[in-house]
Amino acid sequence: MNAQTSLNRDLTEDLRRRVLDAAETRTPLAIRGSGSKEFYGRGVRGELLDVSGHRGIVSYEPTELYLTARAGTPLAEIDAALTDSGQMLGCEPPAFGPGATVGGTVAAGLSGPRRPYAGSVRDYVLGVKVLNGRGEVLRFGGQVMKNVAGYDVSRLMAGALGGLGVLLEVSFKVLPRPVAECTLVQEATQAEAIERLNRWAGQPLPLSASAWDDGRLSVRLSGAAAAVEAAAHTLGGERLDPVAAEAVWAALREQTHAFFAGDEPLWRLSVAPASAALALPGAQLIEWGGAQRWWRGDGEAAGLRARAAAAGGHATLFRGGERSGEVFQPLAPGLAKLQAELKRSFDPHGIFNPGRLYAGL
Amino acid sequence: MTDDATRALRDAIARGVPERLILADIEDLRPYECDGLTAYRTVPRLVVLPETAEQAAHVLATCHERGVPVVARGAGTGLSGGAMPHADGVVLSLAKFNRILGIDPQNRTARVQPGVRNVAISQAAAPLGLYYAPDPSSQIACTIGGNVAENAGGVHCLKYGLTVHNIVALDVLTITGERLTIGAGALDQPGYDLLALLTGSEGMLAVIVEVTVKLLPKPQVAQVVMGVYDRVDAAGVAVGRIIAAGITPGGLEMMDNGCIRAAEDYLHAGYPVEAAAILLCELDGTAEEVAEDLARVEALMRDAGASDIRISQSEEERLRFWAGRKAAFPAVGRISPDYYCMDGTIPRKELPNVLNRIEALSQRYGLPVVNVFHAGDGNLHPLILFNGGDPAQLHRAEQLGGEILELCVEVGGAITGEHGVGFEKINQMCSQFAKDELVQFHALKAAFDPKGLLNPGKAVPTLARCAEYGAMRISHGELPFPELERF
Ligand SMILES: Cc1cc2nc3c(=O)[nH]c(=O)nc-3n(C[C@H](O)[C@H](O)[C@H](O)COP(=O)(O)OP(=O)(O)OC[C@H]3O[C@@H](n4cnc5c(N)ncnc54)[C@H](O)[C@@H]3O)c2cc1C
Ligand SMILES: Cc1cc2nc3c(=O)[nH]c(=O)nc-3n(C[C@H](O)[C@H](O)[C@H](O)COP(=O)(O)OP(=O)(O)OC[C@H]3O[C@@H](n4cnc5c(N)ncnc54)[C@H](O)[C@@H]3O)c2cc1C
Repeated sequence: MNAQTSLNRDLTEDLRRRVLDAAETRTPLAIRGSGSKEFYGRGVRGELLDVSGHRGIVSYEPTELYLTARAGTPLAEIDAALTDSGQMLGCEPPAFGPGATVGGTVAAGLSGPRRPYAGSVRDYVLGVKVLNGRGEVLRFGGQVMKNVAGYDVSRLMAGALGGLGVLLEVSFKVLPRPVAECTLVQEATQAEAIERLNRWAGQPLPLSASAWDDGRLSVRLSGAAAAVEAAAHTLGGERLDPVAAEAVWAALREQTHAFFAGDEPLWRLSVAPASAALALPGAQLIEWGGAQRWWRGDGEAAGLRARAAAAGGHATLFRGGERSGEVFQPLAPGLAKLQAELKRSFDPHGIFNPGRLYAGL
Repeated sequence: MTDDATRALRDAIARGVPERLILADIEDLRPYECDGLTAYRTVPRLVVLPETAEQAAHVLATCHERGVPVVARGAGTGLSGGAMPHADGVVLSLAKFNRILGIDPQNRTARVQPGVRNVAISQAAAPLGLYYAPDPSSQIACTIGGNVAENAGGVHCLKYGLTVHNIVALDVLTITGERLTIGAGALDQPGYDLLALLTGSEGMLAVIVEVTVKLLPKPQVAQVVMGVYDRVDAAGVAVGRIIAAGITPGGLEMMDNGCIRAAEDYLHAGYPVEAAAILLCELDGTAEEVAEDLARVEALMRDAGASDIRISQSEEERLRFWAGRKAAFPAVGRISPDYYCMDGTIPRKELPNVLNRIEALSQRYGLPVVNVFHAGDGNLHPLILFNGGDPAQLHRAEQLGGEILELCVEVGGAITGEHGVGFEKINQMCSQFAKDELVQFHALKAAFDPKGLLNPGKAVPTLARCAEYGAMRISHGELPFPELERF
C-alpha cells in the first residue's frame, strides 16, 4: 500500500484556483479522471482539467459501511482496500483499465451487472465534496446512511458527466461481499430469456446478475451458501466453475465480451425490463434482467429512440457512430429547459464540460 | 375569507376548479393549519382539493401569476412542519388523487396517484406476491406523494432502501403548471437525475402528481430475534457488531426502557419491562438464509451481553414482536400529554456515546426522553416528553431538541434522516451547512421556482435567518480566514 499512499495528494486548492480563473476568463474546462471515457457522451472542447492527481482514500470504516475517497483515486485502489475487508461497491462499476477514477465513475454513472438487483452508482453515493462554477468548495450529504437535510445534490452528481461541478470527494455506501456465489447457464431464445428473468425477479431468489446473448442465458446467484444452493437447484442449468463464472461477468462489466469488439456503433437501450424482444436487425446482448439491451448497428437514431421510448426508456449511442448530433435521447422541451436552468445554478458561466451531455448543456 | 384579494384569488382558481373543491371558511381551513408537528400552526388563505392534474395545474398557474405561495399537502402526517400552510398562501391538497392507476406484474411496478396511502400499494400488490418496501410507521395514513417529498424511510429500509431507491418515475407539475414526466419504466433516465433530486425536496421544487414505484417479491421467510439488554450501550455495541459481521437484517430497531414500558402498557406485546433496552432484528430471505443468519445474530447478541434472547417462532409471534415497535409513538402519547419526535442520524459507532449524552441533556432540561429508533442505520428518534399546556415546557422541549440535533452534527451525522427539515429544523440547517452551500441550495431552487412560491420559508434557511440564529458552520475550516465567515 505504501507505493499508493505516497501518491496521495489533496489538490483542492489548485483545482479551486483553476476553476476561479476559468470562471473569470469564461474558459471552458474539460474535466478528466483517467480519460477512459473519452469515447462516451459528446466531445468537449476545453482546457484540460486533470483531476487524477487529487487522490487517496480519505477515510474508510468497514464497520460503518462507508468509504470516502478523493475523486482522482483509482477504482482499483478502492477495490483492493474493500476486498481486504471482505467488502465491495454494491453497484459493481467496471474497472476499465488501471486508471479509472472514482470521480469518472460517479460522473459517468454507469453501473455493472449487479445494478438491477443491488442498485446503481447513484444509489450508493452518500455524500460528495464538489467545486461549483463559482469556485466554491461545497459538501452535500455525508457518511451516514440516511440524510435528508437539504436537496440531494450528491445523487444529482451521479451521471451528470461533470456538467454541474468538479467532484473532489465521494462517500460511498459499501456492502459485505456475498458469502457464496454461483453462475448458471441455460439455453434460451431471447423471448424465453426475458420471460424467465422477469418471472424470477418476481420471486424471492438471490439473483445478482443476468445476461443473455446468442442463445445462452447466464444468471448469477449471491448470498448465504444454503440460499444460493437451494436457488441453484430450483433454477437449474449448467453450473460454471468460479473462474469461468468470474470471466463471464468481468467480460460484460469491462465490455471485453466478443459482442463489444469491432468498430460498429454500439447502442445502449435502457428499457422496462419485461419489454418484449426489440425487433432490430443483427445481434443484441441483454443485461440487467432485461432492462439493459445492447445493439450493434448503424441504425436510424430517431427510430431507435422511438422504440426505446415505447418500451419505457431511452437509447444512447454509447460508442462509435455519428456523434456530432445528440448521443443521449433528446429531452422533452420542458425538461431540457429545466436542466439548462439547473446547470446554470451550479455553473453560471458554463465552464464545466459544455456540450458533453447535450448541445447547450 | 375576509379580504378582497383572497376573494379574487378564489374566483380565479374557480375558473379551473369546481367551487366545491375550494375551501375558504375558517372552520374548513382549521383542519389544515398544521401537520403532525402540531406545535406550529398557520391558517392558510385557501385550501384547494383538485381532482385532476389539469385542475392542480390551474391552481399553480393562477398562484404563479399572482405571486401567491403554494404548499402541497398529502396526509399531513409529516413531523417537521413541512406541510404547515403559509399565511398568505394556498394549500394544494393531493388527497383526492387517491387511485392506483395500474400494477404491472411483469415489470413489477405500480403507477399510482400521489394521494394513495403507502400501505394501500402493498395491499393492492399482495395478491401478486409483491409489495412496496419502504414502510414508515405512519404507513396506514401517509401518502406516497408525501413519502417522495420527504424521501421517507421505515423499518425495512436498512435492507431495501429509502423511497429514492424504490421509485422509477414521477410526473410533476412545476410552479407554472407545466407537467413534466421524469422516467418511465427503465432503470435510469437521460440527463441530470431529477428523480433523485426531487425525492426529498419537501414540496419546494415541484408538485408530484404521479409516481411509479418498484414492487419487490415478498421474502419467503422472515423471523425476528429480540435481544434483551440490561445496559443501553451494550445494545448499541450489538448493533455495530451485527452490521460489521456482514449481515444485512431486514430491520434492526432499538427501544429503551421508557419506550418498552409505554409499549407494553399499551399493547401487551410481551416485552421485558425491566430491560434497559431491546433490539429487534428481523432476518428475511430464503428459509436457508434466515436459518444461517439467525444463528449468527443470536451469537453476536449474546457476546455483546444480551441477558435474554427470544426468536419469533410463528408469523403471529413475529407480528407481535413488531406491534409494540410500530405503535411506539401512540404508546408514548398515552404516558405524556405531548411528545416531540426528533430525527437525527449518527454514525453507528456513536450510538452508546450519543445515547448517554441525550440522557444527560434530558436531566439538565428536566424533561424525560425515551428512545425508539432505526438502530441499523443510525437514525435516532428521541421522543421528548412534555406538557404543551405549559409554554415554558414547550420552549424547553424545543431547546432540548435543538441540542440533540446539534449533537448529531457534532459526531458526524445529520439533523434529519427521514422526517425532513420542514419548518422545524430550519435553524439547525445553519449548523449543518455553510453559507456557500445554502446559497447553492437557493440557486438550485430558483432553477425550478424563480419566484420562490413553492413552500416558502421551509427546508433551506435564508442567510439572514442564520445570522439571527447566530450559527453558521464555517466552511469546513478549509477556507482562509474562517473567522471572517461569521454571520
Ligand atoms: C456496462 C458498462 C460499460 C462501460 N464501458 C466502458 C468502456 O468501454 N470503457 C471505459 O473506459 N469505461 C466504460 N465504462 C465506465 C467505467 O466504469 C468508468 O465510468 C470509467 O472508467 C470512468 O473513469 P475515468 O476516470 O477514466 O473517467 P473519465 O473518462 O476521465 O471521465 C468520465 C466522465 O466523467 C467526468 N469526470 C471525470 N472526473 C470527474 C470529476 N472529478 N468531477 C466531475 N466530472 C468528472 C469527465 O468529464 C467525463 O465526462 C462502462 C461502464 C459500464 C457499466
Ligand atoms: C406516528 C408517525 C410515525 C411516522 N413514522 C415515520 C417513519 O417511520 N418514517 C418516515 O420517514 N416518516 C415517518 N413519519 C413522518 C411522515 O409520515 C412522513 O414524512 C410522510 O412521508 C409524510 O407523508 P404525508 O402524506 O403525510 O405528507 P405531508 O405531511 O402532507 O407533507 C409532507 C411534505 O411533503 C410535501 N408534499 C406532500 N405531498 C406532496 C406532493 N404530492 N408533491 C409535492 N410535495 C408534497 C409537503 O409540502 C410537505 O413538505 C411518521 C409520522 C407519524 C405521525
